[in-house]
Amino acid sequence: MSDDLIKTIFGRLSIESFPIHEPILIGTFAMVALGGAALLGALTYFRLWGYLWKEWFTSVDHKKIGIMYIVLALVMFLRGFADALMMRAQQAIAFGGNEGFLPAHHYDQVFTAHGVIMIFFVAMPFVTGLMNYVVPLQIGARDVSFPFLNNFSFWMTVSGAVIVMMSLFVGEFARTGWLAMAPLSGIDYSPDVGVDYYVWALQIAGVGTLLSGVNLLATIIKMRAPGMGLMQMPIFTWSALVTNVLIVAAFPVLTAVLAMLSLDRYVGTNFFTNTGGGNPMMYTNMIWIWGHPEVYILILPAFGVFSEVVSTFSGKRLFGYTSMVYALIVICILSYLVWLHHFFTMGSGASVNSFFGITTMIISIPTGAKIFNWMFTMYRGRIRFELPMMWAVAFMLTFVVGGMTGVMLAVPPADFQFHNSLFLVAHFHNVIIGGVLFGMFAGVNYWWPKAFGFKLDKFWGTISFWCWVVGFWVAFTPLYVLGLMGVTRRLRAFDDPSLQIWFVIAAIGALIIAAGIGAMLMQFYVSIRDREKLRDFTGDPWNGRTLEWATSSPPPAYNFAFSPVIHDLDAWHDMKQRKAERPTEGFRAIHMPKNTGAGIILAGLSTVFGVAMIWYIWWLAALAFVALLAVAIGHTFNYDRDFHIPAEDVVKNEDVRTRALQSAGI
Amino acid sequence: MIPLPSPSPSRRVVSLAPRLLALGALAMLGGCDTVVMNPAGDVAVQQSNLIIWSVVLMLLIIVPVMALTVVFAWRYRETNTEATYEPDWDHSTGLELVIWSAPLLIIIALGALTWVATHTLDPYRPLARTAPGKPVAATDRPLEVQVVSLDWKWLFIYPEQGIATVNELVVPVNRPVKFTMTSSSVMNALWVPAMAGMVYTMPGMETVLHGVLNRTGKFAGRSGNYSGAGFSHMTFWTHSVAPARFEQWAAGVKRNRWRLDTASYLRLEQPTEKVPPLGFGSVDPTLFRRVVAICVKPGTDCMQGMSHAGPAVNDRAPRDGEAKGALTRDPSEKGESPHLSAPHGQAPGQNDPGAGSNRNMTELHLPAPLRARASKEA
Repeated sequence: MSDDLIKTIFGRLSIESFPIHEPILIGTFAMVALGGAALLGALTYFRLWGYLWKEWFTSVDHKKIGIMYIVLALVMFLRGFADALMMRAQQAIAFGGNEGFLPAHHYDQVFTAHGVIMIFFVAMPFVTGLMNYVVPLQIGARDVSFPFLNNFSFWMTVSGAVIVMMSLFVGEFARTGWLAMAPLSGIDYSPDVGVDYYVWALQIAGVGTLLSGVNLLATIIKMRAPGMGLMQMPIFTWSALVTNVLIVAAFPVLTAVLAMLSLDRYVGTNFFTNTGGGNPMMYTNMIWIWGHPEVYILILPAFGVFSEVVSTFSGKRLFGYTSMVYALIVICILSYLVWLHHFFTMGSGASVNSFFGITTMIISIPTGAKIFNWMFTMYRGRIRFELPMMWAVAFMLTFVVGGMTGVMLAVPPADFQFHNSLFLVAHFHNVIIGGVLFGMFAGVNYWWPKAFGFKLDKFWGTISFWCWVVGFWVAFTPLYVLGLMGVTRRLRAFDDPSLQIWFVIAAIGALIIAAGIGAMLMQFYVSIRDREKLRDFTGDPWNGRTLEWATSSPPPAYNFAFSPVIHDLDAWHDMKQRKAERPTEGFRAIHMPKNTGAGIILAGLSTVFGVAMIWYIWWLAALAFVALLAVAIGHTFNYDRDFHIPAEDVVKNEDVRTRALQSAGI
Repeated sequence: MIPLPSPSPSRRVVSLAPRLLALGALAMLGGCDTVVMNPAGDVAVQQSNLIIWSVVLMLLIIVPVMALTVVFAWRYRETNTEATYEPDWDHSTGLELVIWSAPLLIIIALGALTWVATHTLDPYRPLARTAPGKPVAATDRPLEVQVVSLDWKWLFIYPEQGIATVNELVVPVNRPVKFTMTSSSVMNALWVPAMAGMVYTMPGMETVLHGVLNRTGKFAGRSGNYSGAGFSHMTFWTHSVAPARFEQWAAGVKRNRWRLDTASYLRLEQPTEKVPPLGFGSVDPTLFRRVVAICVKPGTDCMQGMSHAGPAVNDRAPRDGEAKGALTRDPSEKGESPHLSAPHGQAPGQNDPGAGSNRNMTELHLPAPLRARASKEA
């Protein structure tokens, strides 16, 4: 077979693309393959494929999809954290002449993968999953506006994650940092598959996120229960509304930038090249026009979680609801006016830099207002320190320091010293871990009983909590100091041995966090094992205030047998105060959407398309693309989309709930 | 009244108390004697003062917030039955006014400070002073240094002195320096934390940074923007020396017989790392302009702007052999994408765009004559 023919069939994929020269990667791959085979074997042995396909993979139920998103986030979190441990270890030892154990071509992939995975495949799915699960329940709806699209969005995100994970074993990943700045990411300076993996993983996952944004936006605007005006919505739903506005306005920019980068790499256009009229500064601008709203997409749902948690566990209405809503809206608008603060050093001139510095500082005003409002919700409340509330207090103490360092970075001349330093790295981990991650953990602990019918074990949860809080501070305070000592990010070896102690402390902090993660996994295991002891029979284990606590735990497929009628903010609390009676008869058949495999099939074809484009296998890419169109169009001819849950089934279900409530004494 | 830095050369008045307060806060982090907070250059000193002011202003909010959070969490815990419980109290106009206006006032103050300081400390703006109370006379010209960030080393050209160095920057103490910078391939940033903040270096473009060092000594310098495999070792020493010593050093480099011209620049452009300091005794005066306009290689067109004084306008067409898009390549041109540990591609040190071996990690093996050590003279 001639070389050209092989290249036509396989593109640039060859034996050399597999890590046959690297024993560590071969070993890792072997372990993953064996583990994967064991998992697949167990699923086959216990005949779970049918169950998984029918109940989970093809489900269009927002609750199942929300849970799957969070499972994806937790799995990818382990990979991203493994990258973090490798980086900490390398940086703790590479001093003097010691080059450490990770040469540049590995280390540079590790830090790029760490960032990409943590933002796109941990934080985004976590946030999306939580919003997916909770929002329809909070507004008294039965599902989101477009249930099939919801399923499709999830599988597109999984497709992106699969492509990133594939890069570990076949070819390699980008070595450009998590935003792949031009011209380093152009075909001149990154001619290999790495940046292509990056581009296609994000383009495919980006489609999923964008559609999810459209979906949730439509749901919140159109599907609220009667009587629930915008100012009677739970505050988490408000934060979801604002977040999805950000998603819908910002993600198309990411799609456009990556499309232009792809055109540069595949067709030879000159959007971001050094010559031919290209301008790499354009890439920087556009990627951050997306990038800044992105970080608000991550933090606003966490703020929403904390609003719900602080209010519920203080036994008080949220202080200043109107003010909180306006703060969310102001943050949303302002987040589009600050992007240049990510590159003050690119030489935009003093007036432009000042403008963006000042707008960045202005964002801290509504954020500060929110923190005060949480504090005054606690004031004269009756605070129960369950796990979600513990996470909330830790957030309030941790996030404010991150916010302070953010304002320090927002002063352009100061940023000339801080830009790209470890001070910056400490700042954004401060707000992402202290804000987003603590928020997600609070949300998981808060809504787990609703989703699964039993609480999470408090003992292991507390251990996890303390390991995380202490570990975070031990790991990142040294980075603030190192930033002040003039240390840049993304370094893998250092000349100055006096820096080493700080990196060793940071590595110890990372190990403490690792213990926290282990404790969390232990918490899941113990809770599932002891679920009968932790069982929630009433559906309202925390004495909640919003509508999701009016349903059973877990809620039935249809969520609410009758649409609730809303009279006030904190609708469920209002119902409890008025001693509202739950209807026990008059149930009718309920109209529901059917499961479908089209989502997972389309995402699978997208994965094939992405991989083919990465490896220059043009015939396969064309085939996959045509198949994608065919399946998508074919699916539109599928009129068998819905069914009715018979009235008798609803009656049976509701009777079970009535009995459970009676035996719990309600 | 919060004193603001004024743009005029008059002395800036800084009250001591907020400085001590902030220093106390930073000292807890061990941030006292770091290069950013205790730098050797006037621009960096002003930047560190800004940091202190922003910390102080923020602490005015942060400290009460953290204290009240702890107090409320403790006082209103469920087991404390003596504390008042007002489950329906959720609004107070007065409190809301305070909650919104207190941060607003602080941000107004910080914003005003930011506007003024950003203009004063604009890296493109020639220095008005070298130290508090030491204005720069209109007749004093700054030392001009032209900077090219290469893969993965720094080239410094001293056009007045007609010399050039690699990975070694020497400046006379207390004399303002004007860096005119560009990059040969990807974006980097020139960063000497002791002197001033960083500014990006970008291919095909020219950026400017002004700074001054007020103490003699040796200061670390590096790239502040990730640029590839050799980034970690893209460091250099900055030596601040007495003016007479500087002249001596420059004369010493001038005696070096190597010339920085097209041929030696093209050799330098090849990707290498951990490059020891080198010196060039003579420099082609048109070289820097051609580096900015990306037309050093003979036979390439320069970008517009080379004939004008300003920075280049990017309109240069891609040359033959520059990387084509993947879709337009023949199967034989597709290249490979092997795992990087496998030996692949050409020998290290090629500079063809699109070559897979471009980003190989290598060490510089210059022919012996080019290995003159300028640092012996410094």
